[in-house]
Amino acid sequence: MSTSPEPLLVNASRFRAAHAVDWQRLDGIVTRIERRGIGALTENDLLMLPLLYRSALSSLSVARETSLDRALITYLEGLCTRAYFQIYGVPTSFWRQLGDFFARGWPQAVFGLWRETLVAFLLTVAGALAGFLLVLHDPTIFYTIIPDSLAHGRDPSASAASLRSTLYDDGGKDWLATFATALFTHNAQIAIFAFALGFAFAIPTVLLIVYNGLMLGAFLAVFAGKGLAFQAGGWLFIHGTTEMFAIILSGAAGFRIGTAIAFPGRAARTDFAFAVGRQAAVVMAGTVVMLILAGLLEGIGRQTVKVDLTRYAIGAAMLAGWLTYFYAPRQRHVAVS
Amino acid sequence: MWPFRKRPEAPPPTLRRSFVTPEGVDLQLELGSAGARGAAFLLDALLMLVVLVLVTIAIGYLVEGGRSQLLMILWLIGAFVLRNGWFVLFEIGGRGATPGKMALGLRVVARDGAALTGGAVIARNAMREIEIFLPLSFLGYQASQDAADAFLAIFALLWSGIFLFFPLMNRDRLRVGDLVGGTWVVRTARTALAEDIGASETIARPRRSFSDAALDLYGVYELQTLEEVLRLGRPEALATVAATIRRKADIPDDGDDLGFLTDYYRALCGRLERGMMLGRRRDNKHAPTIRRRA
Repeated sequence: MSTSPEPLLVNASRFRAAHAVDWQRLDGIVTRIERRGIGALTENDLLMLPLLYRSALSSLSVARETSLDRALITYLEGLCTRAYFQIYGVPTSFWRQLGDFFARGWPQAVFGLWRETLVAFLLTVAGALAGFLLVLHDPTIFYTIIPDSLAHGRDPSASAASLRSTLYDDGGKDWLATFATALFTHNAQIAIFAFALGFAFAIPTVLLIVYNGLMLGAFLAVFAGKGLAFQAGGWLFIHGTTEMFAIILSGAAGFRIGTAIAFPGRAARTDFAFAVGRQAAVVMAGTVVMLILAGLLEGIGRQTVKVDLTRYAIGAAMLAGWLTYFYAPRQRHVAVS
Repeated sequence: MWPFRKRPEAPPPTLRRSFVTPEGVDLQLELGSAGARGAAFLLDALLMLVVLVLVTIAIGYLVEGGRSQLLMILWLIGAFVLRNGWFVLFEIGGRGATPGKMALGLRVVARDGAALTGGAVIARNAMREIEIFLPLSFLGYQASQDAADAFLAIFALLWSGIFLFFPLMNRDRLRVGDLVGGTWVVRTARTALAEDIGASETIARPRRSFSDAALDLYGVYELQTLEEVLRLGRPEALATVAATIRRKADIPDDGDDLGFLTDYYRALCGRLERGMMLGRRRDNKHAPTIRRRA
């Protein structure tokens, strides 16, 4: 049975002699995948991978029952774990996931959050109304709502002419694209933050959303006080439909997580958290895409389009586009998770 | 040692987790320890900082040559992608690990063992905003304020610290992000198959034989401790162990500790394995001995 000069006393030795070649081959294949990806394998290796994996698994089971060589068992456990994750745990390719995201994953996830989206929308509206009425009633409140760094002189003490100029000033055409990029990165960071804060039972997210609405209302009140409401509306509407929608959606994603952790229902808290967490994360990733578009509209579109009605038309078209994309009835694929 | 003996029914908390494959084998996954996780994160943060500094310097040089607007845009987008994309893009790839995790032999996997989806990776990494960025910004806030606001800042720091130290508060070392993404971090370091003590010698030499009484001294636990001693091969440890076994089994000292222990290991291992095949496993020296049937 054995070629060694003396009989092998230990099971592990006989076992190693019989199977070590297979284990080393599996080790080699898995190492190559880990280093250079599945493409580095020959066709033959690819066909052998599942066979070698199953034989290593069965070796592990046998070794656990018959052998006391701990090094052998540790080695086989490590090898089988690495092979398992190369066989079962590998995600589909990045580009395929990206395609799936735009075709199905994103609109479905947004559709699934419609209740939270509605709540976030109503909170924004309530915040905006409150901000508008407060500032109309007492203009000094404006200064407590909006920090100086954001106001840029657009406060109740500004004259109608200077306010009007902020609506149509192109701020130097050279820096339009940079401005758009800065807006996008800033807003996207806030969207991600709103999502993450949802974990604290959604309370900070609620505050963030209401405050966002409050700022909107306060700004509008300043312009409305000077009879510039319609123009200011166009100035906001061109990118605002996309941007506010994105912020509302990221807030909704935060709500979803917060409520899932606070009220998991019949499911275990951890199980439920990740089922909704992944869906909410897809929505949040989508808002980053929306904010790229909003940044372009705000940084470039708004500075080049100076006609109020055109600004309204672009904003309305964007809103209609998003609503159709997210909520229009479509064939829903069941298989996507 | 009698009054201090550990009770066998209270095993120490370990990072091993049962995980059964579709083939029905328990892989006994080993989770990444908090220390390894922290080290991997620091390594990643360092790498990100290095990349940021290098890119900034490179762009700074290029700005001298004009086209500053394009470079400014590139820098803004680059910084955003670096901050939010470093972890996501590395973990979404086939390896499931950032460079820091790779260096420490860690890998992110879905807790249910299925393929890691983009949604899970994004969820687990977006949560870094409240785990890392929130405490950092509170720290910065505290540094910029005078003592009047210190109390508020400390409270905020404590509150955000809950998220930062979350992994230390649960058995599975889950971050807030792991909880929301349904993932955990396991060790998948490549290990070499250690040498076989049972048959590692090529030169045939006479073996020592041992009496049943000498082999009844120990069980599986002591055998595996002996295996460790033999693999480490430190002379003083070998001498101590060999002397103990010789004294207990009443065997004269022949001056060759390594040879003696190797032979004893083989004989004991063979005997215990035979017992195991017959369903009589002897876990440690306190368990009843494996008796031959008459």
